[in-house]
Amino acid sequence: MTDLTRLTAVQTAAAIAARDTTATEVAQAHLDRIAKVDGQLHAFLHVDAEGALETARRVDAGEITGPLAGVPLALKDVIVQKGVPTTVGSRILEGWRPPYDATVVERLKAAGVVILGKTNMDEFAMGSSTEHSAYGPTHNPWDLDRIPGGSGGGSSAAVASFESPLAIGTDTGGSIRQPAAVTGTVGVKPTYGGVSRYGLVAFSSSLDQAGPCARTVLDAALLHEVIAGHDPRDSTSIPAPVPPVVEAARQADISGMTIGVVKELSGEGYQPGVEQRFAEAVETLTGLGAKVVEVSCPHFAYALPAYYLIAPSEASSNLARFDSVRYGLRVGDDGERGLEEVMSLTRAQGFGAEVKRRIILGTYALSSGYYDAYYGQAQKVRSLITRDFTEAFAMADVLVSPAAPTVAFPLGEKLSDPLAMYRQDLATIPSNLYGGPAMSLPCGLADGLPVGLQIMAPTMRDELLYRVGAAFEAAMPAPVPPLDWEA
Amino acid sequence: MTVPYVEALQEFEPVIGLETHVELGTASKMFCGCDTTFGAAPNTHTCPVCLGLPGALPVVNEAAIASTIRIGLALHCDIATWCRFARKNYFYPDMPKNFQTSQYDEPLCTDGYLDVEVDGETVRIPIERVHLEEDTGKSLHVGGSTGRIHGATHSLVDYNRAGIPLVEIVTKPVTGTKAKPAEVAKAYVTELRDVLRGLGVSDVRMEQGSLRCDVNVSLNKPGAEWGTRSETKNVNSLRSVERAVRSEVERQAARLRAGERIVQETRHFHEDTGLSTSGRSKEEATDYRYFPEPDLVPVAPDAAWVASLKAALPEAPSSRRRRLIEQLALSTLDAEAMTNAGVLDLVLATVDAGAPAAEARNWWLGHLAQSANSRGSEPSELPITPVQVARVVELVADGSLTAGLARQVVDGVLAGEGEPDDVVESRGLAVVSDEGALTTAVDEAIAANSDAADKIRAGKVQAVGALVGAVMKATRGQADASVVRRLLLERLGVRE
Repeated sequence: MTDLTRLTAVQTAAAIAARDTTATEVAQAHLDRIAKVDGQLHAFLHVDAEGALETARRVDAGEITGPLAGVPLALKDVIVQKGVPTTVGSRILEGWRPPYDATVVERLKAAGVVILGKTNMDEFAMGSSTEHSAYGPTHNPWDLDRIPGGSGGGSSAAVASFESPLAIGTDTGGSIRQPAAVTGTVGVKPTYGGVSRYGLVAFSSSLDQAGPCARTVLDAALLHEVIAGHDPRDSTSIPAPVPPVVEAARQADISGMTIGVVKELSGEGYQPGVEQRFAEAVETLTGLGAKVVEVSCPHFAYALPAYYLIAPSEASSNLARFDSVRYGLRVGDDGERGLEEVMSLTRAQGFGAEVKRRIILGTYALSSGYYDAYYGQAQKVRSLITRDFTEAFAMADVLVSPAAPTVAFPLGEKLSDPLAMYRQDLATIPSNLYGGPAMSLPCGLADGLPVGLQIMAPTMRDELLYRVGAAFEAAMPAPVPPLDWEA
Repeated sequence: MTVPYVEALQEFEPVIGLETHVELGTASKMFCGCDTTFGAAPNTHTCPVCLGLPGALPVVNEAAIASTIRIGLALHCDIATWCRFARKNYFYPDMPKNFQTSQYDEPLCTDGYLDVEVDGETVRIPIERVHLEEDTGKSLHVGGSTGRIHGATHSLVDYNRAGIPLVEIVTKPVTGTKAKPAEVAKAYVTELRDVLRGLGVSDVRMEQGSLRCDVNVSLNKPGAEWGTRSETKNVNSLRSVERAVRSEVERQAARLRAGERIVQETRHFHEDTGLSTSGRSKEEATDYRYFPEPDLVPVAPDAAWVASLKAALPEAPSSRRRRLIEQLALSTLDAEAMTNAGVLDLVLATVDAGAPAAEARNWWLGHLAQSANSRGSEPSELPITPVQVARVVELVADGSLTAGLARQVVDGVLAGEGEPDDVVESRGLAVVSDEGALTTAVDEAIAANSDAADKIRAGKVQAVGALVGAVMKATRGQADASVVRRLLLERLGVRE
């Protein structure tokens, strides 16, 4: 008998539609696998077996149909789902059950996607290793002693380990793409405004974007199409049709395209093994009929510092609402202490060290007298990076680079060095600052660990990622983790 | 210690400034679809957005933008072609997100003015800006004796008001008010209220908090630089605007005369005493860390849309007033008396509602002015509308009410008993026009006052007054005195 957890989303949906299996069997197979391996991986913070089986039942009853009906999915715990605990990886929201569904969740439910549960993440999506989760780290399926990337390490580990064929991640500075890179999966940050942020617990409003995680480019495209599209509840949502991502993934032809290699996204900070796989990937693209050119984006050098002013500034304001008054944790409310003290104690105890570091950083950057030098200056850098992209896209249809500068590093290695951790996002941050779409997909192994190829496209040209990605994937299929740690 | 107002203003020059907050009367809130009706059960008009739940996002209410632009246009402001909302960050439990979505350095409307009349002179009040923001919720402090946070055991928060669109109208510093800063301040808020009411953008009820005022005052020696200002908050009636400026002038003058310095601070006005007390000092003020609201796209009002809003503005209250004064042929003296009493607009509105000018004038300068005075409020703050007054006038005109009954009906309306017709009904105040019923009362009066009756029969017709009074008393004022008089004379066989 086929192992249902090994199927792609496309295969799963087809098998259910053809009545070779049922959505219930598929859901149960994945719930069983989670029960079997998640004790070692810790990809999930909450498994909603009841909800998953209920959706599966409705699909089997023919109540919901569609290209992803009955296909399981893991939801990053930063997106609210009505009645299901949402912690954002933080103690401060422990026990909170949202009274409403995010737009992404509404669309998944309407498509009959079976939501298995909520995945682990760095607290408030701040981190590149999932080690900043208040509930303990997630382990990389390729090597349990290594990080699965972050902040969406739970989603990428769940997909890589066959706990789920699909997952939703969110990407503020690389939180979909870097985990995809280090777990050998496909992850896409859509164009900012392409997928509604309504119900995505905000880290940095002008950068956050939800997107698909999958094991194949076509699976990612199908999920992309389900969650994307204009939402009147999100003012920054783009009122335009969803780019034809599924069609592009099926087309998978890049002959005649020009691909730009970004000069600045290489060299110092990039592991030799990563650079080598990347160079081979560029050769593969040439072999597939693309013309490769080198492009220069001189202001990318300032992307990391600009990001670490803009994102913490917005976060310091977005996270102010966690004050114990209306929901979540409340510490020290003994009838004696005043409101300010209870707020302070709650925030002191409820937020982890990395979150506090960024709140302090952002509060400082927005302070009277410092605004122009920090936040204002960072916004200028942002404009210059956008200009770099615009100029580069005048020379090339898409840009490529390594998605992460290193392969998965050992758990604990960078915990005491925040700057080293921040540098994991060197290659991914520019697209967030610009707003354009970007994908990471596997391009081989270095030292036995996955390396990710990043493809970047102009805003609202998300289909170009899928066209290039699918062509590359056909020439170089994703590696499969040995999973030799399984009992 | 204080220095009397008049004396203080002989010695110092005042500079005043006013910040007025107006709750817009839009059907839904600023950034979500929640109902804005006043007085609902706590926390029933809320949703994930106005409760600031994690993940919720704001969407701008276009009607609120339109109202703000209309206010700006009515105040002769420039309308921004592109502007952004900003976050004002500070922690307070009645603010669900712990930041207020407001506008900072890019307000929707800038640089306008409003002309007001004080004692027949026009004073131009320069407007700095008009911007749009969201209101906060309301805290209820429980367990203390005063209802204030001090001494309370716990607090409850009602978020129904959180997210209601709020327009802030800020004047530039107003100089040259000489001996009348308090009068100018009151005239400005009154005129502004009339403009807002004319636009129909708010119900401008100061007692319900839909119009709120902060008053800035500073004093300086003639020719010297402006003094340090104080900001008095919680000024919630027209009368209080005047009293707040007056008391602050008196307080600051005393300090300056004693060689003390004025502290830049926020003061709280107390309606009961007419005085203010010191609040937090600006020296320990919060750094609001304003930055552009990343959850909202910039607002870029289309020039054609702004032009259409401008074309559809109603006539300004001041010009309408001038026109009606002319039409009604009011004397300048009469118009001024009505302006000073704060009833001119009410009289005009009553005339608009169908009452003759003389009747409308008599009501507002007479019985209603007295009622307002005895309540310590302004005639405009009385719980009776010009339409209701016009209805009472109509009831008198068609003989349903006598003048005395009409006053009782008005008192009933003021006491919250409903519309004039409801009060007539519930108090049983209709004129007794049934002559049969009156005839009985007339006969009883004649029988009980035989001396007077005899005098009348003997030709002393003026003695009939006493009998009319007796009948009116017996019918509790519900009879028409002229009918009673006619019936009495008929019964006594006297012809005039």
